[in-house]
Amino acid sequence: MTQGIVKSTFPVLFGYIPLGIAFGMLFQDLGYPWYLATLMAFFVYAGTAQFMVVGLLAAGVGLTEIAISTFLINSRHIFYGLSMLNSYGEWGLKKIYLAFGLTDETYSLVTTISLKDDFKKEQPFFTITALNHSYWVISCTIGAVIGSSFSINTQGMEFTLTALFVVLVIEQWKKIKEPLPFMIAAFSSIVALYLFADQMLLGSIALSVILLTINNLLRGQHD
Amino acid sequence: MTNTAHILMVILVMTIATFATRIMPFVFFHGHSNHPTISYIAKYTPPMIMSILVIYVLKDVNFSDDIGLYTVISVAVTIAIHLWRNNPLLSIFTGTFLYMFLVQM
Repeated sequence: MTQGIVKSTFPVLFGYIPLGIAFGMLFQDLGYPWYLATLMAFFVYAGTAQFMVVGLLAAGVGLTEIAISTFLINSRHIFYGLSMLNSYGEWGLKKIYLAFGLTDETYSLVTTISLKDDFKKEQPFFTITALNHSYWVISCTIGAVIGSSFSINTQGMEFTLTALFVVLVIEQWKKIKEPLPFMIAAFSSIVALYLFADQMLLGSIALSVILLTINNLLRGQHD
Repeated sequence: MTNTAHILMVILVMTIATFATRIMPFVFFHGHSNHPTISYIAKYTPPMIMSILVIYVLKDVNFSDDIGLYTVISVAVTIAIHLWRNNPLLSIFTGTFLYMFLVQM
């Protein structure tokens, strides 16, 4: 069981290595000591926001704008938590940590693993969250410490996350076997690509949850 | 303010902003987790978000160049192996190694 849980995180490890190293290298180029990259990876733990802030720091943007941009870019996670309300158990340090670590990749793994019925939830969730968190911190640190002297060619390795999401869509389909969520997702993505190019991810997730909620209300009226 | 003090402040505000997005639903909807609408959202949101993430990671691929072709081949191989063997790690890593081989050669 635990072994299976640990194995399920390997694609995330492979995906985080090239991304974390890329972040560490960019961050170190700004002239900061390596441990600040580690600190940021540990506490902020949000890939897209970390890449974004490298650009903002280079441009000398102020703290308020950094805070607002970070909040906006990560606000899709509000919808992730919304669908985990029942799964993360009672209030406590463990639940707060699980919420803290709810990245795209962790969310993808925990929601797919919880599709299995014979499943005692909290411990595997914690294992997945802590492993993914450590992969990210280690990868960012490696990037910042050894920087451009890194010689292994990781080009293309980031495809792991694409493959992971593709496989998880298939797993979700096998369980749900209803076209509705997939159709809403496709529609919302296309609309968001046209309307909010830069904020496509947030736009499509917000739109899809709104459409889903409307659908639920309409469905209720017919019953 | 020194450079290090400034970056520590940046890390602090980013930590708060990110954590806020992740803890908010648990704080605001605490006690409503059995509401029918919440249960409905909980059931259908994961497949929606997974599908959106696939489109998101593929949206910047230019399908008319070599990378686009390698992406299509590797995604197709990942799907085929997954449908055939139903082993997530096998499908993910075969697809990834194929993609790495194609883009590096």
